Amino acid sequence: MSSSDHIVTSYDEELRELARSIAEMGGLVEQQFEESVAALLTSNTDLAQQVVSGDRQINRLHTEIEEHAILVIAKRQPMAQDLRETISAIRISNDLERVGDLSKNIAKRALAIEDQRISQTLRRGVDHLSSLALKQLKDVLDAYGARDTDKARAVWRADDEIDAIYVSLFREMLTYMMEDPRNIGMCTHLLFCAKNIERIGDHATNIAETIFYLVTGKPMERMERAGILHTM
Amino acid sequence: MTETYSPEHKPEAAVSADPNKAAEKTVIPQAQHAAEKAQGEHDIKVKTEKVCVFYGDKQALFDVDLDIRERQVTALIGPSGCGKSTYLRCLNRMNDTIDIARVTGRIMLDGEDIYETGVDVVELRARVGMVFQKPNPFPKTIFENVAYGPRIHGLARNKRELDEIVVHSLQRAGLFEEVKDRMDEPGTGLSGGQQQRLCIARAIAVSPEVILMDEPCSALDPIATAKVEELIDELRENYTIVIVTHSMQQAARVSQRTAMFHLGYLVEEGPTDVMFTNPTDKRTQDYITGRFG
Repeated sequence: MSSSDHIVTSYDEELRELARSIAEMGGLVEQQFEESVAALLTSNTDLAQQVVSGDRQINRLHTEIEEHAILVIAKRQPMAQDLRETISAIRISNDLERVGDLSKNIAKRALAIEDQRISQTLRRGVDHLSSLALKQLKDVLDAYGARDTDKARAVWRADDEIDAIYVSLFREMLTYMMEDPRNIGMCTHLLFCAKNIERIGDHATNIAETIFYLVTGKPMERMERAGILHTM
Repeated sequence: MTETYSPEHKPEAAVSADPNKAAEKTVIPQAQHAAEKAQGEHDIKVKTEKVCVFYGDKQALFDVDLDIRERQVTALIGPSGCGKSTYLRCLNRMNDTIDIARVTGRIMLDGEDIYETGVDVVELRARVGMVFQKPNPFPKTIFENVAYGPRIHGLARNKRELDEIVVHSLQRAGLFEEVKDRMDEPGTGLSGGQQQRLCIARAIAVSPEVILMDEPCSALDPIATAKVEELIDELRENYTIVIVTHSMQQAARVSQRTAMFHLGYLVEEGPTDVMFTNPTDKRTQDYITGRFG
């Protein structure tokens, strides 16, 4: 965090509290995401239910962080790095809240297709995609904790791989659906899950951009994303 | 006066009792600059080079190089005793009034060194006006407070012209509506915020080019402060403004450029937007975020 302390110690405490809440929310979201995919791949309805109801806690944290940040702005009129710290907390908690929603959605779909068998290949594909996205999420939260721009950049760059895997998974599911229309229901749910996971990767890169801005005060330069369009 | 304005041009000839000349002198450079100016660019109105100030043996300011841009608000910030007010007071030679004060270096107003021998200090202070921390109206009527400057500088040929100047100045300072029915009442009877706007009206009555403000809002409540800030924003269209303030939020709100002073040195100067979101210097960072020990 900041190099030296404020003259007003309660101000430091408020900023620390914000960062602490983000870390807490990050940990929870990570867990929700991991468990939603596990519930999906192992057809574990109890776990899926647990994820669905667990989202409330994330929403509550999100509201708390937002209120806390607004209060800091009102009370302290933060400047420079403090201002970036406060604004970043709002942005990151928004991204994390979305990741929570997407995880909840995966869990709901897990409940919807609990009685259907997911083919080994698709299972492996989704598993791979989700472990990459989960790693991204973990790395970016570490980068936030350490205010590490190199690590944030690495996350930003690694997103291309997730996009590529998502596209190949998309094609594979198309093939399954064309082979046997009875697969369409299950595959559509799975496809949405894969899309959710890909979106979670995008939120991780958003957070990476926020960390870069938080530390340097500059926006991360928008490199042209080569090749893959993910508008599907 | 038809000759082209140039930085070498010495306006001493214009420093005369002739009100027309005095008035024209301030108009010509501005009109020309406006015509020449590319959009978004601002010429340098005051250029200071290696300015040092000594109070006796004690040096208060060290080699300050700073360009004040025309028709921009430049905020000077820094902890108490950093030299920002000392610097401000150099710009219209207010430090001359302190016996032990000595100024070295160059301060160029439109390219002319204001510390050169032969410069009429009274004329200079008409071109570079000042508003102080504590509102200090003269113990005279509201009208007289504003009329005093134009009268001694011979800016009005008759009563009608003087009335016009007074009304116009009070309007520009956003005070006219509040005082138009009591122009004969003492200026000291106004509220603090009104007194400060009266002082601003008094400063602009002599058609200055630059207005220096030394913490103009520190004695005012938030409403009066907001009115003065609104006024500063409007005055920027016609005047170059340099403001010393202890309020970071005020500096962020009213200025386009900010200069940070510390222990007599100019630490950093740049666009206000950048200074308050992403300053380069650690000392600026610490100061504006409230970390200075």
